[in-house]
Amino acid sequence: MLSIVIGLFGMVGALCRYYLSDVPLFVHSIFPLGTLICNLLGCFVLGWFNQRIRKSNKIHQYIKTGISTGLIGSFTTFSTFSVETLQLFKDDSVILGILYILVSFIGGWFFVWVGDKLGKSHALQVGER
Amino acid sequence: MPYFIYVAIGAFFGAIARFWIGKLFNHKTFPYGTLIVNLVGAFLLGLITGMGPHKYIKIMFGTGFMGAFTTFSTFKVEHLELHFKRQWKKLSTYVILTYGVGLCLAWIGFVIGS
Repeated sequence: MLSIVIGLFGMVGALCRYYLSDVPLFVHSIFPLGTLICNLLGCFVLGWFNQRIRKSNKIHQYIKTGISTGLIGSFTTFSTFSVETLQLFKDDSVILGILYILVSFIGGWFFVWVGDKLGKSHALQVGER
Repeated sequence: MPYFIYVAIGAFFGAIARFWIGKLFNHKTFPYGTLIVNLVGAFLLGLITGMGPHKYIKIMFGTGFMGAFTTFSTFKVEHLELHFKRQWKKLSTYVILTYGVGLCLAWIGFVIGS
């Protein structure tokens, strides 16, 4: 049953990613902005979610796992990132390829950290009341 | 059929497959499951891209299945957890394996596919 819930949330996550990367502005640019935005946004939301929502017992466990593993997990992607980096290298945009790796690496680290911190401070405020 | 249905079908199975592999292999001390899905997914997406299949197949197995099967957010959350635990050796192994081997595997897949 939990698998089905994750699958359904995964469908929503992947469709959001599909429509976000299909925006004309992103499709026609050399740099894969759509995937980058999905990945960084997903990092921020998952960092926040794990601190803020995961610990709440008002929401059903299946919904929590559905959102984190299913929705956010499918919204972000590593395979597309790898293939896009490869394509940048192949098209002789080595600098853009390295930039893509660095922005994903440092940006992902930063956004997940900010999300985590924000989630923790929210949890603290609620606890104090 | 519109494209989005193909994406949704692929993603449904991709997310479930990731969940099961994560459940089986993710260890408390090291996230082997996430590492496996990301490396396997990078290889297979390289293979699919290299073969240059029909648009429907590419969108169902590439954007849908592989997109949902691999994940960036969970990888980064585990990365941060290792950071907070100050396990620098594990953190660097995880990051180098994912990025380094992932890119190499995507390239090998692409070469085999084309």
